[in-house]
Amino acid sequence: MKRIITATVLNRAGVLNRVTGLFTKRNFNIESISVGHTESEDVSRMTFVVNVEHDNAAEQVIKQLNKQIDVLKVQDITDQAVVSRELALMKVASTPASRNELYAVIEPFRATIIDVSRDSLIIQVTGESSKIEAMIDLLQPYGLKEVTRTGTVAVPRGTQKAATKLSSII
Amino acid sequence: MRKVGANMQTKEPVGTGAQMNGADMLIESLRRENVDVIFGYPGGAVLPIYDKLYGSGMFHVLARHEQGGIHAAEGYARISGKPGVVIATSGPGATNIVTGLADAMIDSLPLVVFTGQVASSVIGSDAFQEADVLGITMPITKHSYQVRNISDMPRIIKEAFHIATTGRPGPVLIDIPKDMAQGDGTFSYEGEIDLPGYQPTYFPNQLQVKKLTDAVAAAKKPVILAGAGVLLSKGSEQLKNYAERQNIPVINTLLGLGCFPADHPLHLGMAGMHGTYTANMAIYESDLLISIGARFDDRVTGNLKHFAPNAKIAHIDIDPAEIGKNVPTKIPIVGDAKEVLKQLLLQEGEIGDYTKWHEKLAAWKQEYPLWYQNSADVLKPQKVVELLHKYTNGDAVVTTDVGQHQMWVAQYYTFNNPDRWVTSGGLGTMGFGLPSAIGAQLANKDKTVVAVVGDGGFQMTLQELGVIRELNLPVKVVVLNNQSLGMVRQWQEIFYEERYSHSLIPNQPNLMKLAEAYDIKGLQASTEEEAHAALKEAMETDGPVLLNFFVAPKENVYPMVAPGKGLHEMVGVKP
Repeated sequence: MKRIITATVLNRAGVLNRVTGLFTKRNFNIESISVGHTESEDVSRMTFVVNVEHDNAAEQVIKQLNKQIDVLKVQDITDQAVVSRELALMKVASTPASRNELYAVIEPFRATIIDVSRDSLIIQVTGESSKIEAMIDLLQPYGLKEVTRTGTVAVPRGTQKAATKLSSII
Repeated sequence: MRKVGANMQTKEPVGTGAQMNGADMLIESLRRENVDVIFGYPGGAVLPIYDKLYGSGMFHVLARHEQGGIHAAEGYARISGKPGVVIATSGPGATNIVTGLADAMIDSLPLVVFTGQVASSVIGSDAFQEADVLGITMPITKHSYQVRNISDMPRIIKEAFHIATTGRPGPVLIDIPKDMAQGDGTFSYEGEIDLPGYQPTYFPNQLQVKKLTDAVAAAKKPVILAGAGVLLSKGSEQLKNYAERQNIPVINTLLGLGCFPADHPLHLGMAGMHGTYTANMAIYESDLLISIGARFDDRVTGNLKHFAPNAKIAHIDIDPAEIGKNVPTKIPIVGDAKEVLKQLLLQEGEIGDYTKWHEKLAAWKQEYPLWYQNSADVLKPQKVVELLHKYTNGDAVVTTDVGQHQMWVAQYYTFNNPDRWVTSGGLGTMGFGLPSAIGAQLANKDKTVVAVVGDGGFQMTLQELGVIRELNLPVKVVVLNNQSLGMVRQWQEIFYEERYSHSLIPNQPNLMKLAEAYDIKGLQASTEEEAHAALKEAMETDGPVLLNFFVAPKENVYPMVAPGKGLHEMVGVKP
């Protein structure tokens, strides 16, 4: 089961190493990690997507992360209303003849072409992982030369809808 | 024995803002932390530090190998309750302490370890004696630092001591590039420690404490499983008061031995692979298991599928990550063992009706005591441990390596007091016993310190006899010599059809000549009568003694829970 976990950490040398080492040591399966500064330059925010077998494992990930001296706060935001995004850059084979067709293909994804050369294009797309997957799938027949992805970044929405129990509706 | 701290200079603290080099900062910081003994080994990258140590008056123990130095620091930390301080040089010096770091980490011992590093300008160039010590040791330290700005040195040292000794104790490493020790900076040791991400919880949630009190009142078959956390929090007295008030039997983990008197009527013995039948069956049949400062190691639990199947489990631990890690917990209580016990004692202690439970436990104790068959022909290791208990009045500080001898000491040396037991429980480190005895003796010069070791482990760190001689430490080294790697041999006998692959060591060094080489009294015995005489003489000797006991080579440790089996499936319970 996929969990999205965020951690705010002190922006110190070796923190990422410490955290990834922890995942390796405890045999947690990481799908992606993305890291960047927060509004404070001393603090970074890490977003992990981890694959765990059951809730206990997710709890352990959080507890182990919390044990790290440089970790300030850890949250499992999987069950919250979150905005999550991933960025991907894709280099696709393209001749002048197929260029227009590619434009048409990527347009509904609100992707943009950020580089054009004689025989290829670089396409930039942001969105949830499933959207990126769909685009990769669609562009495959044209000849994907390179794909690079950032991994998920996520943040809970400012307004969380109150959980509605089915029983209260019935 | 030289007196620790005897030569310490009295020196006024250097005020904030003074300019000094990194090595001076280190010495000054250690002084502020009241460090009275340092275990170390010099080398190129730490020469600036050793140069400052030279005139500092600080008591430095020159280990004969860095592994010996860090194990000695562990023994010191365990018995003194203070952090053990270690200095090792860069590269091989640092890699030689890796075992000790892992050992201290898993057994929660507070250490502050300084490693030298090549100069900042050549880090990453594979310079002479360079190793990525931070990278190597990150998974086996509670926290680690590399000094990158000289003026950060005091802050880092202050934080390191704080982190090592608070919460769940553990080793903290500080890697110091040579130029950081040589260059100048501004010294400041004042100010509060600012670690917003590190706030250990000492005091338990009252609701959870109440839940446990209610569970105790409702229970019919409760047991307490007490581990090293009770010793680390110095909560033995509270544990005894609580167990007695509630009339709950107590079981120890290996590392927790001594936190509850072993001869107390409520004591059921040690749990786990070589625990007592009564302790293991009590866990199996209990309806409430209260774990205090123990982490449900697999050697304690056996097969988790069969672990305490009928019990509601309450887990008291200062490390929240331990709760629920191995065993599902009904009543989690995060806090310091002593503080939690104090809170439990403040609650109205309604006592459940445990009469039938106690009757059952007493019957098990009576019917299935620990056993071994003594022999007139050959010296039994269990007998040696019993005699050791007799000749030390059961009040020695005992250290061990890992293996058969460790289990026999755990089974037959009745530990009635806290702070008498130093063993490598979690990592199971051969070669731990002798060097840790050095630290233990320096921590408590008034007690007899005995290192019980096997002939295998002894040969891994025997060079530390040089330290014992140099400092004239009255450590008694007891080698239970069965000319094999006993526990390996036992497993090969039981699980590998007696195929003794590389576990027999018939070609032993002459330990009496070894003792002579180190200028230490050597005594040996191969019968019970000789053992009496040797131990008597050793205890009457005012100095170090190496005792070589030739014990039954095929003796096995029983009873036993085989790997993969539950605690209720012990073998060798009866002769």
